[in-house]
Amino acid sequence: MKKTVDLSVNIGGLKLQNPVMLASGTVGYGNEISNFTDLSKIGAIITKSVSLNPRKGNPPQRIVETPSGMLNAIGLANVGLELFIKEKIPFLKEVNSTLVCNIAASSIEEYVECTKTLDSEDSIKGFEINVSCPNVKEGGLIFGNDISNVGKITEKVRAATSKPIIIKLSPNTTNISEFAKVVKLEGGNAVSAINTLVGAAFNIWNKSPKIKNITGGLSGPAIKPVAIAKVLEISRNVNIPIIGIGGIMDWKDAVEFMIAGSSAFQIGTVNFINPNSGIEIIEGLKSYCEQMNINKISELTASYKLS
Amino acid sequence: MQILKIPVVGIEQIQADVFLLKLKSKDLAEITKPGQFYNIKVSESNFPLLRRPFSICDVEDDTLTFMFDVHGEGTKLLSQKVVGDLVDILGPLGNGFNFQDDFETAVIVAGGLGSAPFPFLIRTIGNDKKVLSFIGGRSEKNVITWRLINSKIATDDGSSGFIGNVVQLLKENENIFLESKCKIFSCGPNPMLKALQEYCLENDINCELSTECAMACGFGICQGCPIETTNKNEPYKLVCKDGPVFNAKDIVI
Repeated sequence: MKKTVDLSVNIGGLKLQNPVMLASGTVGYGNEISNFTDLSKIGAIITKSVSLNPRKGNPPQRIVETPSGMLNAIGLANVGLELFIKEKIPFLKEVNSTLVCNIAASSIEEYVECTKTLDSEDSIKGFEINVSCPNVKEGGLIFGNDISNVGKITEKVRAATSKPIIIKLSPNTTNISEFAKVVKLEGGNAVSAINTLVGAAFNIWNKSPKIKNITGGLSGPAIKPVAIAKVLEISRNVNIPIIGIGGIMDWKDAVEFMIAGSSAFQIGTVNFINPNSGIEIIEGLKSYCEQMNINKISELTASYKLS
Repeated sequence: MQILKIPVVGIEQIQADVFLLKLKSKDLAEITKPGQFYNIKVSESNFPLLRRPFSICDVEDDTLTFMFDVHGEGTKLLSQKVVGDLVDILGPLGNGFNFQDDFETAVIVAGGLGSAPFPFLIRTIGNDKKVLSFIGGRSEKNVITWRLINSKIATDDGSSGFIGNVVQLLKENENIFLESKCKIFSCGPNPMLKALQEYCLENDINCELSTECAMACGFGICQGCPIETTNKNEPYKLVCKDGPVFNAKDIVI
């Protein structure tokens, strides 16, 4: 009889039935995507960034396609903490998937207040702290590119919750592993890498930027090699669980991220194209492990051979 | 809403750069409403990466017709589909036109490829309502009259019909439709929609606008396609999920 592959993973205390996580900002609050996929089979859902107060987001045009990728400048449009708890969590509870809440803020105090308020929600199993959104004027990258701020945020949020904390790192830096070191030092449980890369595109006929915010975050297969390199860099320098993100389109991409050092991974842009891709990736991982005689998928993490 | 791979049963070039793509699906044909759209993956590879939104042009029995013009790599690939190819399609999406209001005459105002959603609307309401169509384009070759009825044409360069834009043509003819209870249904470029919106608000005419915005998912998760509203409590709605059809009084163009 064929042995079943153990797909479960433990990311710094966050236990998931499989390593597939749906990235923040690519699943909304779960309800729309549930028309297309069985969320209860997914490892974890990471909710759209929630901030203390509602944010209306950036004006259109927010999105443009680029070669094998897309630029977005949504501007953290979200319903705010109060409505998130009242209107969005009840649905997410019913979904029966592990729920990680992504928090965005423009001050350290705001990160702490959001975390404290949400800490009492049993359905939330962990927090992903967004210190790296490239598309808002305050907070976002201003925090993400300042190593002492990332340290402070990790420290203060750590003090506000005993649940696992994941810090989402920016690739828009030359030394991502230094940031991961600070996160570990200040008690973060894991890092997710990478957030989008800052990019821009122009309309050559009217010489205007294609998105209203001028710059946006580049995602999709175009950024995959950059993301793999960043994950590898962290993996080789810091002993902290890594959640890989960046242009995963199928199970082969996911395996590549795990080999490069990821304990789990997030899929984002692909959800817009194939909202059932998470389930398809789980099936692909199972059959890869069977072919490679891997009993536990966690054996794949950082299994690179650099010779 | 479903994701299906359904076969091409016809592809036809009806005029310069304008194509009709016919796909077969009984399930989708049964649930599709005029004014809705589908998000179509034009290739199996990562280029182009995103799906492309196309409004439903017509539905006959189990055949869905889409009208598109070739203006980029995605639509070029779509124009090269042949009968028997399978097309990866997600939908139906969006709200569609509201034709349950109290009106006797449906006035269609279309600019360029904005004619696309109206054959299905006319098929759906044409037996109960009087239909008048006002169709505009830059030049004769940009005017699309496929399956539209009682049409009057405007071109910017005067190569066909009225010289000027379609909203000017509409105003010239307002006595024809204002004598009965009418509702305007419109789709076209933003400057046209804006001019029409101003006219309808000034004259208290019930008007629905089918809008367009760059989008990724088409069903509300990417938040990429906001449209400004007149409601201060909800500054943006999403074109894909709350629209693409909005009443002229509810949005800011």
